[in-house]
Amino acid sequence: MIGQSPLRTFIAHAVLILGILIVAFPIYYTFVASTHTLQTILKPPLPLLPGDQLLNNYSEALFGGIGRIGGVSVGRLLFNTTIMALGVAVGKIFISILSAYAIVFFRFPLRMAFFWLIFITLMLPVEVRILPTYKVMVDLGMIDTYAGLIIPLIASATATLLFRQFFMTIPGELVEAARVDGAGPWRFFFDILVPLSRTNIAALFVILFIYGWTQYLWPLLVTNSNDMNTIVIALRKMVSFADADTQWHLVMVTAMLAIVPPILVVVLMQRWFVRGLVESEK
Amino acid sequence: MGNAWIAREISLSARIVFPNKILPYLLVAPQLAITLVFFYWPAGQALYQSMLRQDPFGLKSRFVWFANFRKVLADPAYLNSIKVTVVFSLATAIVAMVVALLLAVMAEKAVRGKGLYRTLLIWPYAVAPAIAGMLWLFLFNPSIGSLAYLLRSLGIAWDPLLNGTHAMILLVSAAAWKQISYNFLFFVAGLQAVPKTLIEAAAMDGAGETKRFWTIVFPLLAPTTFFLLVVNTVYALFDTFGIVHAVTGGGPGKTTETLVYKVYNDGFVNLILGDSAAQSVILMAIVIALTAIQFRYVERKVHYG
Amino acid sequence: MATVDLKDVRKIYPSGVEAVKGVSIAIPDKELCVLVGPSGCGKSTLLRMIAGLETISAGTVAIDGKVVNAIGPTERDIAMVFQNYALYPHMKVYDNMAYGLRNRGTPKDEIDSRVRSTAKVLELSALLDRRPRELSGGQRQRVAMGRAIVRNPKVFLFDEPLSNLDAKLRGQMRIEIKNLQRSLGVTSVYVTHDQLEAMTLADILVVMNAGLVEQTGPPLDVYEKPASTFVASFIGAPPMNLLALTGASPSSVLADGTVIGLAPRLGKAVTLGFRPEDADITFAAEAPAGALALPATVEAVEPVGAESFLHCVAAGSRIVVRVSGRASAKPGDQLRVVARSEKLHWFDQAGKRVD
Repeated sequence: MIGQSPLRTFIAHAVLILGILIVAFPIYYTFVASTHTLQTILKPPLPLLPGDQLLNNYSEALFGGIGRIGGVSVGRLLFNTTIMALGVAVGKIFISILSAYAIVFFRFPLRMAFFWLIFITLMLPVEVRILPTYKVMVDLGMIDTYAGLIIPLIASATATLLFRQFFMTIPGELVEAARVDGAGPWRFFFDILVPLSRTNIAALFVILFIYGWTQYLWPLLVTNSNDMNTIVIALRKMVSFADADTQWHLVMVTAMLAIVPPILVVVLMQRWFVRGLVESEK
Repeated sequence: MGNAWIAREISLSARIVFPNKILPYLLVAPQLAITLVFFYWPAGQALYQSMLRQDPFGLKSRFVWFANFRKVLADPAYLNSIKVTVVFSLATAIVAMVVALLLAVMAEKAVRGKGLYRTLLIWPYAVAPAIAGMLWLFLFNPSIGSLAYLLRSLGIAWDPLLNGTHAMILLVSAAAWKQISYNFLFFVAGLQAVPKTLIEAAAMDGAGETKRFWTIVFPLLAPTTFFLLVVNTVYALFDTFGIVHAVTGGGPGKTTETLVYKVYNDGFVNLILGDSAAQSVILMAIVIALTAIQFRYVERKVHYG
Repeated sequence: MATVDLKDVRKIYPSGVEAVKGVSIAIPDKELCVLVGPSGCGKSTLLRMIAGLETISAGTVAIDGKVVNAIGPTERDIAMVFQNYALYPHMKVYDNMAYGLRNRGTPKDEIDSRVRSTAKVLELSALLDRRPRELSGGQRQRVAMGRAIVRNPKVFLFDEPLSNLDAKLRGQMRIEIKNLQRSLGVTSVYVTHDQLEAMTLADILVVMNAGLVEQTGPPLDVYEKPASTFVASFIGAPPMNLLALTGASPSSVLADGTVIGLAPRLGKAVTLGFRPEDADITFAAEAPAGALALPATVEAVEPVGAESFLHCVAAGSRIVVRVSGRASAKPGDQLRVVARSEKLHWFDQAGKRVD
């Protein structure tokens, strides 16, 4: 390492702290707003320090029900969102690991055709096929169901490609050793492949959980009933900047509740998340 | 041919673990079924509908070949939307990347506290784009936004709800803010991959720190930068629908109506199905082009090990 | 208690590449057979066909008299030691060794006693709770051996098991493998590209080249009577010196026109060979009777301690002569390389030995 002057080190830290202020400030300020009364929020500027309404606001949001989103409790919204995020993460990992297993460790007619069919879905995000996909959902009766929120999102090429990439690094010898040791396909899968993929699974879980939690267009399309809203959609419905009725203090509480769980997942599982992200996308 | 060839044959065939005939089909079946029902069928429908035109009552539709495409591409609103999208995507990608690169370079220098900085900088990754948009709107909306208040007290007539340029600035800020974490992580990884010996050699060749960065480090980061440029563009094109929908709804006027937002708006709100489908198909072509570029990059990456 | 019999075994890949072109070997019970040859000669493919990891395109593989072509590796009752050990990275040493037994439904306490006694033999007892990445190369090698031994199979298969170890450890492990194989009395097939390893380990040595067997036999027989120029140059280090004869056969003229003082024993011979250790040097002007005497120029001298290797140019070819102790010659010296006629080897147009 080449030595550097203390001044440059100081500048580096200063820039980083400034960066963190920019990055963290909107989140911090949301928290501050969630602890003030509606009256304080409506008269800018908002103080930089938290107010004394933390308990009041949070208990009102959590237990009072919020009129604007049709009397659905925040608990219900969080539940819906959690189901969706978990469903997307677990479902995607499940079907991807299976298909990657087939593609890497078996030889069968149409193998490469299947691989390409899956691969090409990279090029078909929801956004480019909004209407027809919506119609399929209506035809299948999947509007306002958890299955409708989850299943169409769990087929995508990225997780399959990641597992495939990882499986291809597993030495052939290991597979042969397992065969000589008397392991059949399922035993090999559960005894060797899944344990070896733990890190990848953990990393993917974080990435996909965030992906599921932060979905917007999809839940907007397939949920009509307020009961089935995710917290992100509900939050959008609560907010009207033109309307003086917006209960800003409760909106801010809801926003915090929508932001904090995924942030916790990312921060607590940072090690896997960072590795998985940087490795999977390269 | 010869030995290397046989060796490759062996390593390929070494992958034949289980001479099972039916199992592999069962393993790919779930993903394939979902893919066909929710990806290929709708994509095919989009293609088909893009060539249909419905009568005003929605009772009959007739096949019009590429008339919808011609109509869409001649529509000033659509052309405006393309312009808006290009401006928005480029601005978002550039802002998000420049800020992230600066922070990554600084984080490399700050030996102490690197982990803590990273922990604090990755937060926005977990925030939904729509919520990111709402938080920024909360800060900057003219009536109750504290930062809007600050701007006004500085004498700036700030109003993103009425001024299109202001609305665009707000969208870009929120979208770029959300993407800084992602870019930061990739730049840090890219910087760590730059061989220290190269930097030391450059230092011995008399290059100062700034010069070392621009002549050695930055060129070596080119693959990362290029990759991020594609990823950020895709992000700005598609994932930011939530931001636009939550913050401006395409307005004021149509100054922030991006392509994806317009597909949604024409299809779901205005119910012009043929146009919306034609727009979907155009978007598909754009994604395919971007993916192809990205794939070429991935290929090259693989060859270089 | 098992013999291994290969009858005209072939491997043709779907792409048409023929990796093994008809190999027949009979390995008696308890013997260690080494397959040696350059990379790509088909030795690993052959081993993998015996293991059941590779389908057999033609011919038969029989273990203990029973043809096993159609049965999988699990049912063949074989154990294999892999080049890169192929230890399960997420399992402890104990579980690595126990895995095969568990899959075969061996009772738990029997597994335990077999793993522990095998670990004792291999001095792995203290390492049973470690994971492979916490072990040194030599220790991993032992675990891989242990995993094979613990199963008590009919046949051991070794796929270049020592190639990842450093030279010293390789020498040690070679002796250990030989001793273990002998004391356990398990029929074994061992693949290597290292001729020294092959010579020292084998009861039966099989030299392979380009998908075919060049020669089979006890190692010293192979060394003393190489069946072809390929075997002659592959077995022995440094390899046998080979000189081409030109002109109408029977010929006694070397490529550069030198006439050797001997008539070739058989008319068909077109190549003459002798081992570096079977030659000597002399500064005397006249050639001894009944011996080959080649005028040569010394190019380099490599003293190794107990012996020295003289690299010379004779008859337009590079040859090597081994002399014991210090060499009396130095680079640039003109001398004669002498080899007694009974130590000469003759090979025909096809490279086959002529006696």
